[in-house]
Amino acid sequence: MRGVSRRSTTTVIAPIAFGLLALVLWQVIVVGFDVKPYVLPSPLNIGGQFTRALGTIWSGTRVTGANALVGLLLGAVVGIVAAILSALVRVLDQLSIPVVTAASVVPIVALAPVLYTMFGAGAETARQLVAAIAVFVPVYVNTLRGLRQVRPVHRDLMRAYAATPWQLTRTVTLPGALPFVFTGLRIASSIAVISALIAEYFGGPVDGLASSITSAASYSNYTLAYAFVLGAILLGLVFYCVTLALEKLATRHRPTP
Amino acid sequence: MTTEPLAKPAVLVEGVGKTFDVGRGRSAGTVVALDDIQLSVATGEFVSLIGPSGCGKSTLLRLIADLDQPSVGDIRVFGKTARQARIDQDYGIAFQQAGLLPWRSVAANIELPLELHGIGREARQKRSAELLALVGLSDFADRFPDQLSGGMQQRVAIARSLAESPELLLMDEPFGALDEMTRERMQGELVRICGETGAAVVFVTHSIPEAVFLSDRVVVMSPRPGRIVGIVDVALGRTGDRDDDLREASTFFASVKAVREALHGIPAAAITGVETR
Ligand SMILES: Nc1ncnc2c1ncn2[C@@H]1O[C@H](COP(=O)(O)OP(=O)(O)OP(=O)(O)O)[C@@H](O)[C@H]1O
Ligand SMILES: [Mg+2]
Repeated sequence: MRGVSRRSTTTVIAPIAFGLLALVLWQVIVVGFDVKPYVLPSPLNIGGQFTRALGTIWSGTRVTGANALVGLLLGAVVGIVAAILSALVRVLDQLSIPVVTAASVVPIVALAPVLYTMFGAGAETARQLVAAIAVFVPVYVNTLRGLRQVRPVHRDLMRAYAATPWQLTRTVTLPGALPFVFTGLRIASSIAVISALIAEYFGGPVDGLASSITSAASYSNYTLAYAFVLGAILLGLVFYCVTLALEKLATRHRPTP
Repeated sequence: MTTEPLAKPAVLVEGVGKTFDVGRGRSAGTVVALDDIQLSVATGEFVSLIGPSGCGKSTLLRLIADLDQPSVGDIRVFGKTARQARIDQDYGIAFQQAGLLPWRSVAANIELPLELHGIGREARQKRSAELLALVGLSDFADRFPDQLSGGMQQRVAIARSLAESPELLLMDEPFGALDEMTRERMQGELVRICGETGAAVVFVTHSIPEAVFLSDRVVVMSPRPGRIVGIVDVALGRTGDRDDDLREASTFFASVKAVREALHGIPAAAITGVETR
């Protein structure tokens, strides 16, 4: 029990204390040196603006969040299915290597302008696709790694039981890969939010958080722009924490992969 | 043992050798894990394999279980090929590592073979409860393997190997991770189970007293290449009738001495040169 409480001290209290200290320092510097809002607004001002504009920020967050979520789910489903196929069929695995390498090297958001022309600038589809493609890579790579992790002793055991290939997949391979899938999802969740946000900078409807940041900044309302940034940070945190909790749940009885 | 002339031995190993290819490119070579192994295990007979680390005990067990194929020679299990015997589920096996599935509860781990072979839920639960009682883990049915000690995990693996009441048990150092007390209790239980079910056992161990206490015959092996250097008949009566008093009997010590001498007949270089795996 002592070890647990000591760990929570370092993993929870320490970063919070550090964050608060940084905020206080920020406030003191902005007020003390009379920094102009277009350079850097103070945290208290941003907080005030955030509560006043809560309605707009919330609707922007819903749009961006929905895009990120659709992208995450789509990319995850495709990534998991592709990984299972690659694990079963060797040729697919080899074929996928260049595709996956390309996808992980090319910044996916660079595709956004092309996709906007493809799907029309009035739709969210392009943003969701950008998020989905970006999500695909970590989910695919991690899932495939998980599917390859079958311990030899488990393989021997299932052979000794004369288990069918499907029984092996269902009782050993898939459950064994689950923690890896969720690790991939946790990594992908942040990528989904970031991709959905950045894709907004390249065009499309003006309704998400990033478009709002741009328009607030273009009207010289820097404090509001920062309030939207805060909304984006909170959105990213929610995605991360939910997937982290899922990952913890999936790995609760395993040694960490 | 009544020896019916027609009864097929549980295990018949004839002229079996096993070579592994190791390394690649310039460091490529072969390891002779087993060489010219002859062994017959009658139905209901308890045979132990003993020998220094790396002498091929696990390899021999794996060949009998058809988890690997011999390079030369022939293996029959109940008169069938090893492969057919595996497909017919004629043996139960416990490995050197417990090999439990970490995402399944203790009970679900024991029920795994039953589940794979289409036994209904109720019958499975009844059987796993029996087996848990047998290995003294009734209170742990709903725990997960990571919440158990190494010895407890090994006991779950033993229970799992017994789940389908096999006619042949293949056990690779199943008691290696147990403390002396539990070990002796489990030995007693195993002797009792074999007496009751009449199962034949091929049992790998590093402990001379354990081999002698459990076995009808102790097979002594030497490493590199893995060979049988002696077979000691343990004249302690039927395996099923043995009890703890036997551990102090003079016949017991005589057999321990015989096995030890057979082991020490192995050239010293072979023993000191063993790798730890
Ligand atoms: N898959 C393999 N590939 C290459 N060499 C192997 C393989 N399996 C076993 N060997 C070699 O075969 C020999 C016998 O190994 P085995 O595991 O059967 O020994 P053992 O008697 O069970 O030892 P221990 O008592 O330490 O478990 C060793 O020299 C080992 O290195
Ligand atoms: Mg071994």
